[in-house]
Formats: sequence, C-alpha cells, structure tokens
Amino acid sequence: MNTIVDVASAEMSTGVPLSERGPAPARVVAAFGFWLFLLSDIIIFSALFAAYAVLGGQTNGGPSAIELFDKRQVVLETGCLLASSFTCGMMMIATDRREAALTYLWALVTAALGIVFLCLEFSEFARMVHQGAGPTRSAFLSAFFTLVGTHGAHVTAGIAWLTIMTAQVGTLGFRPMVIRRIVCFSLFWHALDIVWIGVFTVVYLGAYS
Amino acid sequence: MNARAEVAETDRAPGSHRSGRDRIQSYTLGLGLAVLLTAASFAASSSSFVWGPSIPVLLAVLAIAQMGVHLVFFLHISTAPDSTNNVLSLAFGVFVVGLVIFGSMIIMSNLNHNMLPMDQLMDMQRQR
Repeated sequence: MNTIVDVASAEMSTGVPLSERGPAPARVVAAFGFWLFLLSDIIIFSALFAAYAVLGGQTNGGPSAIELFDKRQVVLETGCLLASSFTCGMMMIATDRREAALTYLWALVTAALGIVFLCLEFSEFARMVHQGAGPTRSAFLSAFFTLVGTHGAHVTAGIAWLTIMTAQVGTLGFRPMVIRRIVCFSLFWHALDIVWIGVFTVVYLGAYS
Repeated sequence: MNARAEVAETDRAPGSHRSGRDRIQSYTLGLGLAVLLTAASFAASSSSFVWGPSIPVLLAVLAIAQMGVHLVFFLHISTAPDSTNNVLSLAFGVFVVGLVIFGSMIIMSNLNHNMLPMDQLMDMQRQR
C-alpha cells in the first residue's frame, strides 16, 4: 500500500487507487442519485424563475408586486424555513447517534415549522385572491402563483415524507435503508431552503429595490 | 494508515462525519451566517444607505453567498473524494440553470425591444 501512496492526490486520500477501490458504499451512491434528482428539480424551478423574471412587470393594469407583498410576513416565512433547516440538521445528528427520542423530537419541530410556513403562505395567497389578485388576474400573478405555489407544494410533500420517515423509524428502526432515506429527506429539505433564498430575493425583495 | 486518517479528517465538509459536538457547532455556524445574510438582504432592500441602482446587484451577491453557505454547511458539499461527483453535477446544474434563466431573459428582452408598440401594430393590421 505504501508504494502507491505518492502517485496522485486522489489516491493519497484513501491509500487505494481508484481502479482498486470497488463500488462506493450505498450511502454515497444513494446520496449522489438523490442529488441528481435535486438538481433536475432545481432546473424546473429555474424555468419558473425565468418565467417570473420575464413576466414580473406584466401586470395588465392589475396590482403590482410592491402593492401586494407584505414584507413582515416574508421575514416570518424565511425565519421558519431557516430554523427548520437547522432542526433538520439536528435530526440528522440524532439519527446518526441512533437516538430515537431525539430524532422524533427534532422531526416534530421541523414539521411544525414547515406547517407554520405553509399556513403563512396560504394566508398570503388567500388574502391576495380575496383582493382580486388571483392567478388569473395578470401574467405577473400567474408567474407568481406558479413559482411560489410549486415551492409550497414541495414543502407539503417534504412534510408528508418526514411523517412517513418518522413512522418508519418507529416500525423498522434505524436500518441502513431507513437512514439512507432520512439522509435523502434532509438533502431535499435543505435544497428547498436554497430555492426559497431565490424566491425571497427575486420575488419579494426584487419588488422593493 | 495514520496519515490516511488525518487526510480524511481534514478533507471533509464542515459537519459531515465528525463528533456530535463539532457537527452541532457547524450547523449553528451555518445558521448564524444564513441569518446574518438574510437580515442583510432584507435590510438592504429598503435602505437608503445604499445607492439605489446598486441594490439589485447587492441582493444577488447576498443571495449567492447564502446559497454557498447552505451548500457547505447544510448540504455538506466539499472537496472530499466522496463528493467529487456531486460537485461536478452541481457545476453542470448551475450551468443549465444559468442558460435557462439568463437565456430566457436575454431572448425576451430582445423580442420586446424589436416589437412594434401595440398601437402601431393595430394600425398596420387595419391598413391590410
């Protein structure tokens, strides 16, 4: 082993050349596959962002972005998602230590923050539709509801997934398969937070600057 | 084998596969940085402290910085050998996202620029 250590940097990190390492562990492969899915998901969002960037000014005489958005509500929504990203990380640490009670606790906090986020978003949508600024009012509002609504749908799916994972920890225990799924969930949840950074910068703060 | 362990230890993203306290600290650091950048974004968007036309650029910089913080501290993207494929596919993803967003914006603004104003268009249709 010592004779091949100084060949290349990739070999130095493990001591074994790439060609002799064999298949990567399932943990790495599963995370990589899910990472590819997340990137394709982000490309979907990029198309919706492009639509919003093009149509954001086309209000057709209807209300414009700056008249509709409530900045305080956006601060709350952002805070909820940021905090839930952190609690999701805490859940991951508890899972790696095989502490079921802590995993449940952090999963509960994560889901609760996600639900608060969804409630805030839903109340915002309801207020806008009530004001006559529904998705059919103008191209700007169609693009807005599609972009922010798709993100909200992802958060909803994430909460459902988290609920299922909690149930699987309860029934199946910390099997490698269950842990891989929890790792994928945490990747999904953190990626949604990254999309939200784009949403609040482009949609909500873009209106005020 | 000792050297190998040391390299592997320093070659990891913050928070991945280390002792519990270290990981909690790195998540806390990530959260702190993210909150700081978010607060800066919200403050910048409505401040008169920054020169008006430069605010969108500032917001973009803050958003990209925060995405980087999330990638490193929460998604554990790093230079570790385990992460090479992830970094390469991320680079490709960023490339496609850039093409889609900026390509659409350039094409649409070009079309808008070349289109006749709506009243002239109506006149032309009436003359036919």
